[in-house]
Amino acid sequence: MAKPDKSNTGINRRQFFTVALKTACSVSLMGIGLGFYTQRANALPPLAIRPPGALPEDDFLGACIRCGLCVRDCPFDILFLGQLGDDIPSGSPYFIARTGPCEMCEDIPCVEACPTNALDHSLTDIEKARMGLAVLIDQENCIAFQGLRCEVCFNVCPIRGKAITVKMQPNVRSGKHALFIPIVHSDACTGCGLCEKACILEKAAIKVLPLDLAKGELGSHYRFGWKEKQKAGGSLVTPDVEHQYNLPEGVRYELQGEGLILDSKADSPPPLSPFSSNPLDTLNRKPEGE
Amino acid sequence: MANMPQDAGIEAIRAKGWVNAHKWLLLRRASQLGILSIFVAGPWFGLWIIKGNLASSLVLDILPLTDPYILLQAMVSGVTPETAAFVGAAIVLLFYVLVGGRVYCSWVCPVNMVTDAAGWLRRTLRIHGSSYASRSTRYWILGLTLVLPAITGGIVWELVNPVSILFRGIVFSMGLAWVLILAIFLFDLLVSREGWCGHYCPVGAFYSLLSNHAVLRVSATNREACDDCMDCFSVCPEPQVIKPALKGAAQGIGPIIMANQCTNCGRCIDVCAVDVFQFNNRYSNRSKSGIQPAKDYSKHTV
Repeated sequence: MAKPDKSNTGINRRQFFTVALKTACSVSLMGIGLGFYTQRANALPPLAIRPPGALPEDDFLGACIRCGLCVRDCPFDILFLGQLGDDIPSGSPYFIARTGPCEMCEDIPCVEACPTNALDHSLTDIEKARMGLAVLIDQENCIAFQGLRCEVCFNVCPIRGKAITVKMQPNVRSGKHALFIPIVHSDACTGCGLCEKACILEKAAIKVLPLDLAKGELGSHYRFGWKEKQKAGGSLVTPDVEHQYNLPEGVRYELQGEGLILDSKADSPPPLSPFSSNPLDTLNRKPEGE
Repeated sequence: MANMPQDAGIEAIRAKGWVNAHKWLLLRRASQLGILSIFVAGPWFGLWIIKGNLASSLVLDILPLTDPYILLQAMVSGVTPETAAFVGAAIVLLFYVLVGGRVYCSWVCPVNMVTDAAGWLRRTLRIHGSSYASRSTRYWILGLTLVLPAITGGIVWELVNPVSILFRGIVFSMGLAWVLILAIFLFDLLVSREGWCGHYCPVGAFYSLLSNHAVLRVSATNREACDDCMDCFSVCPEPQVIKPALKGAAQGIGPIIMANQCTNCGRCIDVCAVDVFQFNNRYSNRSKSGIQPAKDYSKHTV
């Protein structure tokens, strides 16, 4: 019985290798093209935020098989899949905080739905999610910095008081009010984006950004003296000489405490200078011309 | 007497009637559109029988189904999937190993409808020119799509895979996916006959590898009746698979189409006016004595 293989194909060895080589070359070219395309196409725009538990972006793009099960299981329908033509890698899930923030479900159904661990199943406490970091990025337009009471971001924060706190600062403009400044704490903020959604400005002053964009990083050689001192349980160099303040009699200054202290108002002698007997009057005097 | 490609099927319609001459085609379209409709029934009508897409899905919140090819790409990139993904991939693998991997191509894949349309139009408009590419190009591309995730760490192919993109486009959101699909349509129509599915698509290449031991096969059982009209060759997306089974009697080759590139689409059964072909199982190849086992001729006909 004749082997039909060789007689049927009708090509000789040289032709076979030529075809194979041509194909290999064109496919390799295609591979290089694809490689470069992915380098570009895999860049996630900062406003697109991955669902909770998403692996670091590089790993995520390998693990996510673009099935959309997380999208389907999100009870608030905030997740979308990138589509061809978007800036978002096609088929990968994201949400936009300003229009649809993560509501931080306690049972995290999107993570549960992920078949490949692209959304890490070891995330069981939604407060441990780090989708991004809220940053009060526009302090010029945030009305809190103008001395207006707002604190909406602080109030809608699901981890209110931990992820966002309000710090009072003197209002220099009015001279008598406080600024209620929202402060985001990266050790608690999950990047859910509820604050960005709620920001009352036309365009949000507080925005959730990817962690690597939002956070700075101190040079590893930096050492803070006071922390080192605390760690060591004592000064590592010659101890600081306690500062002596050159103050009028009956007046003390307490650093990091009460500040200026008048020991005895009644006993103090009448002033012999053009300045008030109370040093605070001098220190608190208004800027000239006001 | 050989018919012209544009006339393929006319004899069959005359002999068997239109419905019988399109039986498997109609069933295939019903299967492709049916699968699409149960996927879109959820988002469109709130009827959640299945959610997800062809990459991975969950039937009735219980049964996971996962595309083994896409899962493989993810694993090459270095990920450890959940058990559900493995179970889902195993179910899908088992199914295709039995019925033939490329059943995925002709009974499930949405791009098949696009390329079939291009093929039909190409025959009807009598476009004959076709650029040459080896049918084994797809295996090179398959290799590429499994190497790139290891190098780049991302599932590179899924950024451009027309199969996933079209299906996801319909079930989720389309974006510019239609441009890609139009490009494939025009490529198949004007540049290369059966270009995409028959030469380049690595998804089909992957699934063809599952076909090697498939039980369900098309058989040229009645090959003595063949009148050389060539209609089956005209409509077949992988015409090279037919010849050994149909014309191999003299060399002692069995009538079963054993080539793994056969998509089990059944179109050859439809268009044959003398009913040469039928669906059969691989074991019936050995029914006559003196017939060679299938492996003696190349499975990867190029």
